[in-house]
Amino acid sequence: MQDFGAAFGEAFRLVAALDRDLVEIVALSLQVSVSAVLAAAVIGLPIGALLAVTRFPGRSAALVLLNALMGLPPVVVGLLVYLALSRAGPLGPLGLLYTPAAMVIAQMILVIPIVAAIGRQTIEDLRDEYDEQLRALGVGPVGMMATLLWDARFSLLTTLLAGFGRAIAEVGAVIIVGGNIDHVTRVMTTAIALETSKGDLALALGLGLILLFLAVSVNAAVMAIRRTARHAAFA
Amino acid sequence: MRHSPEVATLASGGTAGRPGGVLPVRGIGLVIRRGGRALLDGIDIAIEPGPLTVIMGPNGAGKSLLLRALASLLPVDAGLVTWAGTAPDRGRAPKLGFVFQKPVMLRRSAIDNVVYALKVAGVPKTERAARALEALRAAGLERLAGSPARVLSGGEQQRLAIARALATRPEALLLDEPTASLDPAATLAIEEQVRRAHAAGTTVVFVTHDLGQARRLADEVIFVHRGRIAERSPAERFFATPSSEAASNFIEGRLMP
Repeated sequence: MQDFGAAFGEAFRLVAALDRDLVEIVALSLQVSVSAVLAAAVIGLPIGALLAVTRFPGRSAALVLLNALMGLPPVVVGLLVYLALSRAGPLGPLGLLYTPAAMVIAQMILVIPIVAAIGRQTIEDLRDEYDEQLRALGVGPVGMMATLLWDARFSLLTTLLAGFGRAIAEVGAVIIVGGNIDHVTRVMTTAIALETSKGDLALALGLGLILLFLAVSVNAAVMAIRRTARHAAFA
Repeated sequence: MRHSPEVATLASGGTAGRPGGVLPVRGIGLVIRRGGRALLDGIDIAIEPGPLTVIMGPNGAGKSLLLRALASLLPVDAGLVTWAGTAPDRGRAPKLGFVFQKPVMLRRSAIDNVVYALKVAGVPKTERAARALEALRAAGLERLAGSPARVLSGGEQQRLAIARALATRPEALLLDEPTASLDPAATLAIEEQVRRAHAAGTTVVFVTHDLGQARRLADEVIFVHRGRIAERSPAERFFATPSSEAASNFIEGRLMP
């Protein structure tokens, strides 16, 4: 059994020395997850705004489905994306399987329901406040959606944060569609899983520490932005 | 949408006003029911250009509902609303300014609240800033132009809401108890702002249950009681010799069921 103290020591040394492999893995993780969250925001926030502003038959069922999709199992999403991107799949000719792009797609699919569902609630709360005033000014449904998205932007940061948390910590989907290829698709979570199975706890722990640090940093940054905005009374 | 298909379908008659305008604003046989009770019970009303009209009545009489129905902010269960003889439409909404009891401030600066209204009204981008500043100046809010709207005091927010509504140069301004939660100084400022707008040619409809305020502002009074118009008369006559028992009781301060 490996000495845990030594493993922690080695982990801190790797982090402090900015080990090249470690930096590469962290950079790719951030690149994939941030891209996935941004893409999910572009798709998910308008869906949330649409559901917040419009009333149509079946809306309640759509909300239930959306909320349920927040719990999508990553391995299932990974499998579906794998099937779609594999050579025989409909998107096979794009040649995206085992590339960071495939990982972005998988994470984006996991994050869209989170962004849309939590965003919908945030936007709907604001809609309750704005609705009559905007209609009195002559604002139509599209204008209302745009206004609500803009005015709720600081609150929606929390929504994106939840999505980022899901993406950066996810392992099941990216390992299936990315393949955990060294220097190509290896991200923090897949590397942690691999190094742990190999018994290299130092690198796994180092990556784990960075993962935790990133989670705390991103949360702190978003909270600071929200606090600043609230002080300015814009949020 | 600001109008129900029902109203749009029914809107075929009425007096035509200025093209693209909203006056006269008419309500014909307006009925709004909630829980089996008629909160508006077949009201016929026309708001013509001219006098400063105060809609009065006790709490729950239906004053605010009536104002919202006329602005096409609420669907009616029966009846018809027309603006200048045709069904209300979103494009003409900026010609009918509406001010709520609790001002709704968008999460942006005071001047950007006004610019937003101008943008919705289709005012060219090059004119918006100047017109917004002009509206703020008229409301005495010029020095607060860059302040976030939501940190203004209650009175300042309401003055900004009125400035925002007036910036689009509406034909009519509808105000739903805009001073209900304000102190006397803020109330006075709002009343002066409303008087100036009226003197400048904007038709004003002002809802209040404050007798003193009605005496100070009204050219004519519409008294609403139990979802119906109990009386409509010039202010002087209304306060001197009210023709309805409900209005008489209200003016005398007698408790009404």
